[in-house]
Amino acid sequence: MEAPIRATGILGFTLFSLLFFVCRSSPLHNLFISNAERRIDVTSHIVKVYLTLKVENAGTTPTSEVLLAFPPTQVDHLATVEALVTKGKRKKTTLVRLDVKPTELPDAPNGAKYFTIYLANPLNSGESTTLEVLYLFTHSLEPFPAEIGQSESQLVHYRDSALILSPYHIKQQTTFIKTPSTKVESFTRVEPTNRAGTEIKYGPYEDRPPYSFSPILVHFENNSPFPVVEELVREVEISHWGNLQVTEQYTLVHGGARHKGVFSRVDYQSRPTLSGASSLQHLLARLPPRVHSVYYRDEIGNISSSHLRTDSRKSELEIEPRYPLFGGWKATFVIGYGLPLQDFLFESSDDRRYLNFTFGCPLLETVVDKLTVKVVLPEGSKDPSAVVPFPVDQHLETKYSYLDVVGRTVVVMEKKNLVPVQNSHFQVYYTFKPIFMLAEPLMLASAFFLFFVACVAYLHIDLSIRK
Amino acid sequence: MAAPESSAAAVPTLYTNNALRNAFGGVLAFFILLLIGVMAFSIRLFSVIKYESVIHEFDPYFNYRVTQFLAKNGIYEFWNWFDDRTWYPLGRVIGGTVYPGLTLTAGTIWWLLNSLNIPLSVETVCVFTAPIFSAFASWATYLLTKEVKGTGAGLTAAALLAMVPSYISRSVAGSYDNEAVAIFALIFTFYLYIKTLNTGSLFYATLNSIAYFYMVCSWGGYTFIINLIPMHVLLCIVTGRFSSRLYIAYAPLVVLGTLLAALVPVVGFNAVMTSEHFASFLVFIILHVVAFVYYIKGILTPKMFKVAVTLVVSVGLAVCCAVIAVLVALVASSPTKGWSGRSLSLLDPTYASKYIPIIASVSEHQPPTWPSYFMDINVLAFLVPAGIIACFSPLSDASSFVVLYIATSVYFSGVMVRLMLVFAPAACITSGIALSQAFDVFTRSIKFQLPGIASNTEVDAAETSSSTAEAQNDVVKAEKSEETSKNRPSKKSKKKEKEEKPLTKAKAEKKRLLALPLDSSVISLLLLILLGALYVVHCVWAAAEAYSAPSIVLTSRSHDGLHVFDDFREAYAWLRHNTDVDDKVASWWDYGYQTTAMANRTVIVDNNTWNNTHIATVGTAMSSPEKAAWEIFHSLDVKYVLVVFGGLVGYPSDDINKFLWMVRIGGGVFPHIKEPDYLRDGQYRIDSQATPTMLNCLMYKLSYYRFVETDGKAFDRVRQTEIGKKYFKLTHFEEVFTTHHWMVRIYKLKPPKNRIRGKTKKSKSKTSTTSSRAKRSGTGKKNPWN
Repeated sequence: MEAPIRATGILGFTLFSLLFFVCRSSPLHNLFISNAERRIDVTSHIVKVYLTLKVENAGTTPTSEVLLAFPPTQVDHLATVEALVTKGKRKKTTLVRLDVKPTELPDAPNGAKYFTIYLANPLNSGESTTLEVLYLFTHSLEPFPAEIGQSESQLVHYRDSALILSPYHIKQQTTFIKTPSTKVESFTRVEPTNRAGTEIKYGPYEDRPPYSFSPILVHFENNSPFPVVEELVREVEISHWGNLQVTEQYTLVHGGARHKGVFSRVDYQSRPTLSGASSLQHLLARLPPRVHSVYYRDEIGNISSSHLRTDSRKSELEIEPRYPLFGGWKATFVIGYGLPLQDFLFESSDDRRYLNFTFGCPLLETVVDKLTVKVVLPEGSKDPSAVVPFPVDQHLETKYSYLDVVGRTVVVMEKKNLVPVQNSHFQVYYTFKPIFMLAEPLMLASAFFLFFVACVAYLHIDLSIRK
Repeated sequence: MAAPESSAAAVPTLYTNNALRNAFGGVLAFFILLLIGVMAFSIRLFSVIKYESVIHEFDPYFNYRVTQFLAKNGIYEFWNWFDDRTWYPLGRVIGGTVYPGLTLTAGTIWWLLNSLNIPLSVETVCVFTAPIFSAFASWATYLLTKEVKGTGAGLTAAALLAMVPSYISRSVAGSYDNEAVAIFALIFTFYLYIKTLNTGSLFYATLNSIAYFYMVCSWGGYTFIINLIPMHVLLCIVTGRFSSRLYIAYAPLVVLGTLLAALVPVVGFNAVMTSEHFASFLVFIILHVVAFVYYIKGILTPKMFKVAVTLVVSVGLAVCCAVIAVLVALVASSPTKGWSGRSLSLLDPTYASKYIPIIASVSEHQPPTWPSYFMDINVLAFLVPAGIIACFSPLSDASSFVVLYIATSVYFSGVMVRLMLVFAPAACITSGIALSQAFDVFTRSIKFQLPGIASNTEVDAAETSSSTAEAQNDVVKAEKSEETSKNRPSKKSKKKEKEEKPLTKAKAEKKRLLALPLDSSVISLLLLILLGALYVVHCVWAAAEAYSAPSIVLTSRSHDGLHVFDDFREAYAWLRHNTDVDDKVASWWDYGYQTTAMANRTVIVDNNTWNNTHIATVGTAMSSPEKAAWEIFHSLDVKYVLVVFGGLVGYPSDDINKFLWMVRIGGGVFPHIKEPDYLRDGQYRIDSQATPTMLNCLMYKLSYYRFVETDGKAFDRVRQTEIGKKYFKLTHFEEVFTTHHWMVRIYKLKPPKNRIRGKTKKSKSKTSTTSSRAKRSGTGKKNPWN
C-alpha cells in the first residue's frame, strides 16, 4: 500500500525541486560542496550512512553553519546525525565532534527537513573544510516480499536517491551502497552505475544543482534478523546501601519479512542454514562490569537459555528468547541486574550527588522504538534534575517501594527511535541527606518495640471483672 | 503456657519449685514451636532453590489466575466473574464455582503487603502461601495434640507434621492449591472442636464455627469435618459421655456453621440439601433428644421417668419413621441419591471406574499402593497403632476423637491417593502421642533407676511435673466441668472429682511400678531416636527429590550436566505472543488451566471438568480421523490444536499415553467411538501392529507428524518401539509451532476450502455431506455443536 504512494511522492518531489532550486536566497549560495562521498551500509537492519563532504565557502562573509537536507520520508526514520571535522595536518589528524541540531527553514521545498552542523571555527571565504557525517536510519529496509516461508531468504527494498539531497551545489559526488551478500535482485541504474561484489557504485556525478534528487531502489538479500524493541522500560533504582538495581522490560519483535505458513521444527533443526536463516535466535546484551544477580525471565517464569560472561572491563549476557523469532513474531522478557553503586554514583562539586549511567538499550544491533528510562531516587531526595545529551521528554513520578512513607521521586525520560550508537551517558543530579537511610530500619525497630510493649502490657493487665 | 500454670496451682505444695520450671518450659516450648514453624516453611523451599519461584502443575495455575483477577479487580468483580476464556463457547461462572478460601487468603496477604508498601508480586505471594500455611498447620497440630495428650505430645506431633512427606507433596513453595490452606483449616477446626469440648466455652464454639466456615471456603473436603464431628458426637452419646460441653461443642457448630457454609456461593443450598450434610442434622436431632431426656431425668422421679420414656419412645418412633420416609423419598428422587460423584466413589471405591471415566482418569483419584503409604508417611505407619493404644489409656473425649479421626481417614486414604493428605495429620498426631509417651516412659525409667539422682522427693517432683502433661488435661477438664456443669454434674465429672485428690500420689506410685530396666530403656530410647532420624532423612529426601518438581519445567541429569526441558512454557509463550488474543486453542483438558493462565488464550475444556459432554467432544475429535476432527474443531471455532508429545525425549505423561482415556470419555457420550477399535487384542499399541483406526486418528497424526525425519526410524522413546505409520501428510491441519524438544506441538486448522463452482457439483457435494451426516447420526450422536 505504502510503496506506490511513496514512489509518486518522490517523483513529485523531484519536479518540485527542479522548480525551486532557482530562487534560493543568498546565505546558502555562499557555500558549495566540492566533493561528496556517501557510503551506505545496508548489511544489517540499521542503515548506516557515512557522508564525507568537502565544503567550500565561495561567498564573501564567513559562515559557521552547514545545512544537511533530508526528504521527509527519510527523516521519520532518522535515528541520529553526527558530524565530525578533521583537524590537523596529514598524520596528526584528530576528529572533533560538532554540534548538530534540527532546523526549520521557512521555504523548504516539499517539506524537506534540515539539520544544521555548527562548525567550530567559522569558514572564511575561500576556505574549505572536510566534514564527516554519520547518520542512521531505522525501519528503512522494507521486506519484499513482505511475507516469506520458513525456508525462503529475506529480500528487502532500500530506497534512496542516487544524488545527495543538499541545499548546496555539489560539484562531484559518488555513492556506494554496501549490501550484505552478492545476491542483489535488482537496482535502479542512474548512469554511471556499476556493481562489484557486494558494492554498488553510483556516480561519480558532476555539477548537480541544489535539491537534485534521483530516486533509486535496491532489492537485495538481507538475512540478518531485524531485532526491534517496540518498547523498553528501564528502571534504575538507587539504594544508598550500595546497590544500583536495573530492571529492563522488553517487548521484542522481529521486524523483518513476516513469517508465513508452517514452522517445522524438524527443518529448523536439521537444516539450520537453509531454513529460518533470518530468524532471531539470540541477542547479546553488553552490561557494565561487576554486574551481579542477573536474571532473565518473562511473565511466566525464568528463561533458562542465557549465558553470562564477565571480565574486568565488561559483562556480556547472551540471551535466547524462549523460541526462535521469525518475522513478525514477538516476545517479551525482563532483564534485571544489580551493580555496585560506587561505580555510578558520584558527588558533584556543589555537594549534590549525581548518577552517571548509560541511556540506551544494552542489546547490540537493536532498534528501540520507544525507550522510557526511570531513575528511582532514594526516599527523601530532593531537587532532581537530569542532564541528557539529546532532547528527551521528561517528567517526575512517585513510586512506593519497600516500606516507603512519602514515596520515592522518579525521574522519567522518554525517547523514540533509538539506536545503540546513542548509548551515551546521562546524569541525574539530586540532593540527599544520609540520615534518610536510617528511616526505614528505625521505623521497623520502633514498630517491633511497640509490638513487644503492647504484648507486655497485655500480659500484665487483668481485664476480668470477677476475681 | 496457661495450662501448666493452672496445673501448678492445683498442686500448691510444689508451687515455688515448679513455677520457674513451668515458665522455663513455656518459653522453651514457644521457641521449639517457632523453630518447627521455620522448619515447616524452609523444608518446602527446595522447589524454589532447585528450580525457581514459579507456580506448579495444573490447578495452581488456575488459582493463580483467579488471584490475579482478584488483586486487579477487587472482591465484588471477583464474585461476579464470568470467565469467557474457558469452556468456549459455554464459559464458566468463576465466582460461583470456586472454593474462594485460598484466593481470598492470598489476595488478602497481597493487599496487606501492598498497603504496607511492600511491593511483592501476586505470583510471589501465591508461591509462598503454601509454606506459610504449613507452618500454621503445624502450630495447629500442636494445639490439637496438646488438648488431647499434653504439651510434649503436641510438640512431637507438630514436628512430625511439619515434615510429613504426604503434606509436603501438596504444599511445597509454588504448589498453590486449595489443600495448602485447607489442611491448616481442617486441623484448626478440629482443635477448636476439642477445645470447646474440653472447656465448654461458647467463645471457642463460635470460633469453631468460623474456622469451619474458613474450611468450607477453602476445600471441598470440608464434608469430612461435617461428617466426622457428628460421628464423634454420636460416639460420645452412645458411650454415655454426653455432657453439656458436648452440646456446646456441637450445636452451635451445626447451626452457625451451616448458616455460614451456605454463604459460600459454591456450596449455597448444598449445605442443607445434599446427603453429605444429612448426618450432621440427624445427630443434631439426636443430641437434642438426648439432652432433653437428661433434662427430664433430672426433674422427674425414676418411676415417672420410665412412664415418660415409654410414651415418648412410641410417639418418637412414629415421627422418626415419617421423617425418615420423607428423607428417603427426597434422596431417592435425585439420580445420584443426593451424593456427588466424588463422594460416591469414596463410599463405593469401584463406583468411579464403573460410571465416571473422567474421575477415574485422574491419577490422584486412584487407590494408593502400599509403597505410597511408606513413601508418604514413612515410619509413622508403625507408630500409629502405638498411638491409638496410647489414646485408649485413658480414653477421654478428645482422645476418642483422635481414634475416630484416624480410623476414618485410613479408610478414605485407602480409596483415593489424594486423601492421604487428610490421613497424614491424623497419623502425625497419633505418632506424636506414641513417641512422646514412649519417651516419657523410657526417660522416667532411666531417671528412676539412675543412682544418685533418685532421691525420693525429687523423683516425686519430677514425676508430677512430667506427668503434668497427662495430668493437667484431666485436671483442667475436671475443674472446668465443675464450673460449667454445676447444676447437673455429669457422670464423668463426678468420677473425675473422686480421682482428683489422690491423683498425683497414685500416679507416682503407678509410674514407679511401671519402670523398665535401665539398659533396655536406654536401648529403646536410642532406637526411637534412630527411628526419628530415619524419618527426618526420608522427609528431607522426599522434599528435595520427589515432590519439588514444578512439572512445567523438567530437568534431567546426564553425563554432560543438567539439561532443562522448558518446552511447556516455550509453547505457551509462543501462543501468548504470536496468536490473536481471541483465538481458541483446543487441547486435552489437562492443559486447559495452564493455557488460560500462561498463554492467555481461550480454551475449549480445562481441568475443572464440569461438563462431561464438552470434554467428550474434544476426546472424540482427538480420536477421529482428520477430516471428522477438523469438522468438530471447526464447529467449535477452534483455531489451534495443542498436543503434548514425549516420544522424542521420553516424557511419559504425554497425550499418546492418555489417549485411551480420551477414547473412553469420548465413547461414553458419542458411541461411534469404540475403545476396541483402538486396541489390538486388548493391547494398546502404536507400532506396526496397531489398528488402522488408531493409526488414522488425529492424535496419532498430530503427535507423529514428520517424526520419522528426526532419526530416520521414528523410534518412540516412551513406548520403546518404532511407530506404525511413519510417512503421512496432514490435509486439514498445518504445523505452526513445535517446541525445542518436541514436547508440545501446535497445529493450526487450515481454512475451509472454497466451494466448488458449478451447480451440479455443489448439489452433489451437498447430498454427499447430508448422506454422510445421516450415516453418522444413524450410528449415534456425532457432534452436539453442529
